[in-house]
Amino acid sequence: MEKSRITTTTNSMTILTVLNRDNFKIEREQDVVPFRNRVKEHAVKIGMGLVNQTKLITAASELVRNMLRYANGGEILIEVVSKIRENGIRLTFTDKGPGIENVETAMKDGFSTGKSLGLGLPGAKRLSSEFTINSVVGKGTVVTIIKWKNG
Amino acid sequence: MEKIPILKMGQFLLVTIQVDLYDRLALNLESDLVQMVSTTEARGVLIDISAVSIVDSFMGRIIGNIASMSKIMDAVTVVVGMQPAVAITLIELGLPLSGVHTALNVEKGMELLKNKILVNGEVPDYDDDEQYDDLDSTQ
Repeated sequence: MEKSRITTTTNSMTILTVLNRDNFKIEREQDVVPFRNRVKEHAVKIGMGLVNQTKLITAASELVRNMLRYANGGEILIEVVSKIRENGIRLTFTDKGPGIENVETAMKDGFSTGKSLGLGLPGAKRLSSEFTINSVVGKGTVVTIIKWKNG
Repeated sequence: MEKIPILKMGQFLLVTIQVDLYDRLALNLESDLVQMVSTTEARGVLIDISAVSIVDSFMGRIIGNIASMSKIMDAVTVVVGMQPAVAITLIELGLPLSGVHTALNVEKGMELLKNKILVNGEVPDYDDDEQYDDLDSTQ
């Protein structure tokens, strides 16, 4: 884990400081549990409460499943970010899968091209503090979520 | 390959999930359980998830599947010991698990099972169903 201080801007143009970053590769189903544990470690380290931890890890679990199912895996960047006085965890899920044709439809409850319940993307959004998705058909999908320590 | 053990206790099957489940493991548990209900002619299935820290939509679907599959095999499923944070997360995720019987702990779950089976079968011994969080009764 390298320590660095990189500043980026979010949609709301608030300055985010990255305190810590950690990369995780997902190639098979068995990687999911260690990944969830890694996210938990980071969340515990910044003092996130149990309910928010559970929400964050559940959202992460949904997004990792999507990555495995539709793109055969991918990479996740786990970052500890800070905004003014609040700390949080930012997860960036990057895959080189087929992409999502209609993101708006994919974000609807109950929509699935697979056999699942269609709760993955909308559920992950509800469980996160901030959620952005970028998908290019034929190139891949990038989903970024942030869960603030107290939000 | 890891496996979740299924214990037979009288006419009940007992499952305690002690590890974090990945999808394959959960799917195997589902088919093993339904198979066991058939071979042991069990009347009830009790699943203890007190050690489970994450239930996502997949895991939730498996729990729902086990309940409906057992039901058409004439067995009642009770899920016990859900952690409060997991319950909060499940509802926010959009998965109320309606149709699944729940109880706070193994002891209460066992009694709920006994009640259910007695009511469906022979003489109902006692009638204190209300103290359990029985999601099915609201439907």
